[in-house]
Amino acid sequence: MTALLRATGLWKAFGEREVLRGVDVEVAKHEVVALIGASGSGKSTLLRCLGLLETIDDGQILLADQDISDPRVDANRIRARFGAVFQSYNLFPHLSVLENVTLASRIVHDVPRREAEQRGLALLDRIGLADLAKEHPDRLSGGQQQRAAIVRAIATEPEVLLLDEITSALDPELVGEVLGLVSELAADGATILMATHEMAFAREVAHRIVFLDGGEVLEEGPPEQVLAAPREERTREFLSRFLA
Amino acid sequence: MTVHQPSELELDRRRYRRSRGRRSVLVAIGSTLAFALIVWLTIVNTPGWSQVQRAFFDPEIAWASLPRVWDGFLLNLQVMGLSVITVGACALVIAVLRTLRGPVFFPLRALAAAYTDLFRGIPFIIVLYIVGFGIPTIVGVRIPPIVLGVIAVTLTYSAYVSEVIRAGIEAVHPSQRLAARALGLRHGQTMRRIVLPQALRKMTPPLMNDFVSMQKDVGLISILGAVDAVRAAQIIQGQTYNFTPYVVAGLLFVLLAIPTIRLTDWYTARLRTREQSGSLL
Repeated sequence: MTALLRATGLWKAFGEREVLRGVDVEVAKHEVVALIGASGSGKSTLLRCLGLLETIDDGQILLADQDISDPRVDANRIRARFGAVFQSYNLFPHLSVLENVTLASRIVHDVPRREAEQRGLALLDRIGLADLAKEHPDRLSGGQQQRAAIVRAIATEPEVLLLDEITSALDPELVGEVLGLVSELAADGATILMATHEMAFAREVAHRIVFLDGGEVLEEGPPEQVLAAPREERTREFLSRFLA
Repeated sequence: MTVHQPSELELDRRRYRRSRGRRSVLVAIGSTLAFALIVWLTIVNTPGWSQVQRAFFDPEIAWASLPRVWDGFLLNLQVMGLSVITVGACALVIAVLRTLRGPVFFPLRALAAAYTDLFRGIPFIIVLYIVGFGIPTIVGVRIPPIVLGVIAVTLTYSAYVSEVIRAGIEAVHPSQRLAARALGLRHGQTMRRIVLPQALRKMTPPLMNDFVSMQKDVGLISILGAVDAVRAAQIIQGQTYNFTPYVVAGLLFVLLAIPTIRLTDWYTARLRTREQSGSLL
């Protein structure tokens, strides 16, 4: 299996604090990889570094065998090939839901407005938000906002989706609708790297689990192995807090 | 869909609130009338009131001076109208220059910073003298005072307004920029589509403050010899030895400021209701 996205030896420090300490991670096409680990273990930073939303201090990132960590590549072009969804949605409050969804298509990918809107409406219709397309994001519930944010990320058909704890800010009853959408995308063959605290969901949807601890990959493997029979003591300790 | 019928309890509450509302209005009207009466009687019975009235509030002179003061006021309006455009454009450019990153832009950033420091520090009247009397001596051609006024106002107010714009830009949460860049938008696109529109909403109140302040300072162009509202009032005052024309000119400026202030309140309220659900306590 050749990796679509491959990072080797990633280092990243914020001042004195080393957040990533030589991380190797790879995601194959159509693969769903879940990043687990305690808060502060470097999950979010890793996702941001991979999506070129943060500079790295060392290491290399390859997207479809192209070195995207090379400063000579046009980072804007590369970012447009990723889709990113954040914990706090980050929808644009001054734009309608539909405008949020079509913005990148129109501005970055030069899709004509009509075409972008048709596509955007079709996507919103699929997640049952077509009626709210003209509303501004603050009128939506948290779950609706996050689903709209996911649609915004996939509207440009990105090669890799980076999901950063997308259900952490949601009420338990709203988590389901967001994870349901991610499961659908995974079933459709999307390539996903997601940081999550939803272990049951990770077990069900992810093909592989990567356990990050103190900025290093401590353990990785299929969900049934990492979640059910972890090799490392730290992993067991971390998981026991979720089962308690 | 069935229409909800309010319960007897709710109807009673509504009756109570209505009666309280009526009472509040009546109390407000009553107290305002009583207050106005007391103020009026106090002023009228103050010794020397008649002199004050004659010197500042002579209705005949006010009426007679209005046409000429109004003609002058139109000049103020022109300077103001033009300045709004020039100040807006210059201030935006300066503010954006100050937010540019990267070593190439260092000289531009430094220049913009120096400019805002300098022109926020210099009293407007000095700028007005330098521009109004200095530039014509160098150029050697007659420049209409309206142009000189616009230049002076633009120099000073662009510095103030650019700081307001910059503060507005920085008040937009970084996560918005992050989300925009994650979609592949470039720095300029992110600025234009995401940051500036949101910054504008945050900027409106302080911006209007500067705008009202500018409306008043436009009255200073009278020192350039232009016959604006203030100068017209001064001429009439010289002829009549009565200060009422100044009051007339002052009132015109106040009347101009009020709609601006109300318009801002209305605009910000409208944006808020459109983008936020729920009521504000």
